[in-house]
Amino acid sequence: MVHAAGMGHPGGDLSAADILAALYFHTLRVDPTRPDDPLRDRFVLSKGHASAALYATLAARGYFPATQLATFMQPLSLLNGHPDRNKVPGVEANTGPLGHGLPVAVGLALGSRLTGGAWRTFVLTGDGELQEGSNWEAAMAGGQFGLDTLTVIVDRNRLQQGDTTENTVTLDPLGDRFRAFGWAVVEIDGHDIDALLQAFDQLPHEAGRPTAIIAHTIKGRGVSFIENRVEWHHRVPSDAEMIDALREFDELERRELEEQA
Amino acid sequence: MSALYDCRVAFADTLVELAAADPRIVAVVNDSVGSSNLKGFKQRFPDRLVNVGIAEQNLVGVSAGLAGAGLMPFTCGASCFLTGRALEQVKADLAYSRHNVKLCGMSSGMAYGELGPTHHSIEDLAWTRAIAGMTVVVPADPIETAQAVRAAASMTGPVFLRISRMGVPVVHAPDYTFEIGKAAELRSGVDVTIITAGVLVGRAIEAADLLLAEDGISAAVLNMATVRPIDRGAIVAAARRGPIVTAEEHTVIGGLGSAVAEVVVETHPVLMRILGVPGVFAPTGSPEFLLEHFGLTAEGMADAARALLRA
Repeated sequence: MVHAAGMGHPGGDLSAADILAALYFHTLRVDPTRPDDPLRDRFVLSKGHASAALYATLAARGYFPATQLATFMQPLSLLNGHPDRNKVPGVEANTGPLGHGLPVAVGLALGSRLTGGAWRTFVLTGDGELQEGSNWEAAMAGGQFGLDTLTVIVDRNRLQQGDTTENTVTLDPLGDRFRAFGWAVVEIDGHDIDALLQAFDQLPHEAGRPTAIIAHTIKGRGVSFIENRVEWHHRVPSDAEMIDALREFDELERRELEEQA
Repeated sequence: MSALYDCRVAFADTLVELAAADPRIVAVVNDSVGSSNLKGFKQRFPDRLVNVGIAEQNLVGVSAGLAGAGLMPFTCGASCFLTGRALEQVKADLAYSRHNVKLCGMSSGMAYGELGPTHHSIEDLAWTRAIAGMTVVVPADPIETAQAVRAAASMTGPVFLRISRMGVPVVHAPDYTFEIGKAAELRSGVDVTIITAGVLVGRAIEAADLLLAEDGISAAVLNMATVRPIDRGAIVAAARRGPIVTAEEHTVIGGLGSAVAEVVVETHPVLMRILGVPGVFAPTGSPEFLLEHFGLTAEGMADAARALLRA
């Protein structure tokens, strides 16, 4: 999608892809044929620049035909560079500016309590994004209100647009920071599907507290020349790189299938 | 002098009445229960008042989430912080997302006069009306405030209600009907039109009385309570009659006067005088002092009308 559009954020798409797959194909209680079901689980993609990964996941889950993915960022496409809830079924929040998803998710979780709706609320943030102060306003509120139906997953790939997070404005010790704000904290490998499923199955991790799942990930996961390279935050692959990347994905898939067998 | 009223009372009383009948209504505050006059609401509906603390970005983001849960938040905070601190949330989380949230900017304009420019909210109309999908309403008195709150609740979509704490006279008849997007002609006149909103409407009526008594000038007064979507028809009709004075408790850049001028220049160009805060930070002083300082008085509006008619 990013190659065809000539634009996008492949590094952050690939670090989030396994988390999105685990959520949409295992955890979320959603029905793609009824995207407006008032009692659906809510998922907010706070790192809206990973829209390509979200759209691919939503299409695979059946929210809209996969053929539509070819329109990503094309003129008048429903698939903007950042997601629009009024255009794309399954999208819950119009994100893009960073630090917006967690406050909205706190509102959705509080709303389930106030209305008696039994849904759960999940929000996926980037890690660099946590430098936005609005997240910590929301983290304080989530802890204060004891929202144990709320889960934030932090895509902890340790890179942001210009450098590592730790060279920019440090986030460690990230777990302690969330714990200090009243959250239960779980740290897992964000590419280990079994670990993701287990972490989601055990929610809430502490009664009366929201959960922060810090998912340690690799930016650009699956492609050797993209992995952990800061310049791939929003670089677009050339034709040759595209072929190499697809070959590496095929090899990764074959290896994983062999391991399972 | 007629009695003066704090519109926050009508605001809060109406919100309690509406909430009794509509379970979707919740109040969301940034530790602003007292300044938003919501103690009664809190007493009546303790579970339906959400206090996020002193955190305006979260205030607006949480409100968007509550709307996503099917609720109808009335989100109340001092207008200067609610709009200024959380403007990106207003744009992205409410307007662009089309969430059914009513933003209630309390103590707007220069109501916090003595506290200085940090607490003045004289940019909020420019900021909110620039955002696609926003409805922007500035009620003038308790009668209009109550109806504006009802109108906001009966429409779907984000609304900015600008509620002052300054004492204002009743300017509407008891049978007045407020409608979003409709100006109210409170005085008819043929020579010049004064277009204003909010706390200045009473002064505009006094200006029309002055002009008639002292100069025999027949001035119309339009209460343009809805700044967006603005009543283009009423503005065009005023322009066809003659020159236009606008007056606002707001910077002259991008507010009510600008909104009127945008219509006038495209339809029926006439001379205008745009009264307001002339692109500066206001000095220290009481709200009344500051309005006088910037000529936002009956005499100031009358002088502007006289000057236009001489031009």
